[in-house]
Amino acid sequence: MSRLLTYREAVRTALREEMVRDEGVFVYGLDVADHKGAFGTTLGLAGEFGSGRCFMTPLSEDAMTGFGLGAAINGLRPVHVHQRVDFLVLALNQLANMLSTCRYVSNEQLRVPITIRAVIGRGWGQACQHSKSLHSIFAHLPGIAVVMPATPADARGLMKAAIRADDPVIVLDHRWLHDVSGEVPETESVVPLGRAEIRRPGNDFTIIAPSWMNIEALLAADILARVHGLDTEVIDPRTITPLDADLLSESVNRTGHCLVADCDWLFCGFSAEVAALVANRCFDRLRAPIERLGFAPIPCPSSRILENRFYPGAEEIIRSIERTLKLEPAELPVREFYSYESRFRGPF
Amino acid sequence: MAAPGQQSESLTDRETARELFRRVHLIRAVEEKIRKVYPEDEMKTPVHLSVGAEAIEAGVCRALQAPDQVYGTYRTHGLYLATGGNLTRFFAELLGHSTGVFGGRAGSMHLASPATGFMMSSAIVASILPVALGAAFAASRLQTGAVAVVFFGDGATEEGVFWETLNMAALHSLPLLFVCEDNGLAIHVPREIRQAYSIPEAARLFGIETVSAAGIDVMQVHELASRLLSDLRRRCRPGFLHLTYHRHLEHVGINEDYGADYRRPDEQAEWPANDPVDIARQRCLETGLGEDELRRIVERTGEEIEAALSAAGTGGPGSPDEAEGLTS
Repeated sequence: MSRLLTYREAVRTALREEMVRDEGVFVYGLDVADHKGAFGTTLGLAGEFGSGRCFMTPLSEDAMTGFGLGAAINGLRPVHVHQRVDFLVLALNQLANMLSTCRYVSNEQLRVPITIRAVIGRGWGQACQHSKSLHSIFAHLPGIAVVMPATPADARGLMKAAIRADDPVIVLDHRWLHDVSGEVPETESVVPLGRAEIRRPGNDFTIIAPSWMNIEALLAADILARVHGLDTEVIDPRTITPLDADLLSESVNRTGHCLVADCDWLFCGFSAEVAALVANRCFDRLRAPIERLGFAPIPCPSSRILENRFYPGAEEIIRSIERTLKLEPAELPVREFYSYESRFRGPF
Repeated sequence: MAAPGQQSESLTDRETARELFRRVHLIRAVEEKIRKVYPEDEMKTPVHLSVGAEAIEAGVCRALQAPDQVYGTYRTHGLYLATGGNLTRFFAELLGHSTGVFGGRAGSMHLASPATGFMMSSAIVASILPVALGAAFAASRLQTGAVAVVFFGDGATEEGVFWETLNMAALHSLPLLFVCEDNGLAIHVPREIRQAYSIPEAARLFGIETVSAAGIDVMQVHELASRLLSDLRRRCRPGFLHLTYHRHLEHVGINEDYGADYRRPDEQAEWPANDPVDIARQRCLETGLGEDELRRIVERTGEEIEAALSAAGTGGPGSPDEAEGLTS
């Protein structure tokens, strides 16, 4: 049994279900109890559970992150919400020095069951401070799990896993995914951390793409099948750390080809980590160099024309694979691109 | 001749004085022991010793009750001992042994003793403040009756998170006791070139009940802390204790550094009058405790320290295999 939910409804469902299940769960952040409810993902929670379990805070991202740590080591399960991941950087000290170290340094005497949810922006002129992803920065820190759900079912299932985990988990939601609809199971369906998923099976080429880039990769794979008869496998890593190294390398060992399409900068990024993993585990089976796609190496510009060149999408994925396989570039239907963005309205 | 009531009161005073002396002396004697053995280079961990701060640590912690929690800075030794942490596991931690309280993973700077209520410490100035705030929130939400007490230096008030924490504690009326251990120094930088404000006035700005005093007489600190804590518990709101003290040693390490150019020329001469152990001894004698009794406390503490250090020495180094088990 399942029901059709949007991603935003799936996030809200997960939060609500976990708040019902465990009284220690509480949701806090700048806009979680206002009329918009953090893009609709927290709407109704304050009304149902009261201001003690869903409340808005001063801007103080730094203090409110340490606050979550203090609550978490004392029997509560905080969920801290940020409307943009860019704001979470204000709390990097707490993440890098406090939350991520607490369990190890205390020799397991303290555990930190906190979930930090942050939204990744993009498009409509968000520019350089409302558009980053930063998963590589967080994933670099041992002691923190990083999750990037790409479907409504995973948005619910991974959020539930994050809240139930006894260690810090950062959940990054791409704003463009909020309007995506999908089947969400009626059953508990907690999605375990550390398991990737094959979204589209194939034997000719492996694309590894998290979050929004997975949508672009699926679109690219459909077009590649049509125009080149290529059977592309699309993998959603789902959790950046812990990473499902087995599923990723099994796929590339089968196809002999790998493109990592990330929604982040390339240098020292997640794509580099995956490339290193694949080079190490699939060296003998690779039939071409591993390719990587990601943000242009500049801060995100505001203008649409520049922005479209900053972000790679399905078209860039197709061109990259054509180059790798030495295929003639196909003529591409422009209207198929940026399909989900057309649902988005400004200003935020 | 004293009336019966006065008699029992002075007995209580004497008991309190004895116990407080025992604690400030324990902290001092442990720090002096570390100063003695540190040059052997077996304790490979940066130490920020509590010499001078003993009255604040012992006085405040003695005023706490069972579910209360303590959060502190990298100056961990005094809080660890004042909350009754195990002495053998303390030395074992400094020696990097797997028998240390945190298995040799924390060393001196991240030491704590959750089992005795000293939950966490941090070597990043001010970063522990909001953690104690969250603990106070949990205590309030779960109605445990606990107060969270956070110790921090005057330098911490220059960090943004200090103001963020004050604001949130006041806004939500959380049972959080701020204890500012003010020695006027941030590493080697005196207050005059760091602060354009008064610390107690800053706390009062947020409507927080604030007491400012010298923090060198453990009896007085204990009394001030007890009074503020009882107000906190009764009215369920934050409090702020601003206590000044004299940092006798260098910022990190075992040596005096009175000759360094950041210290005032007359500072060394001020130490004896600011020595919390001497003051506590004096207060004990005033309550009628005899020199003999104090000598016995000193001797017994010395034996405890020797026994603990010797037991800690046999712990063996922290195992690398154990560390690998945590990479999942």
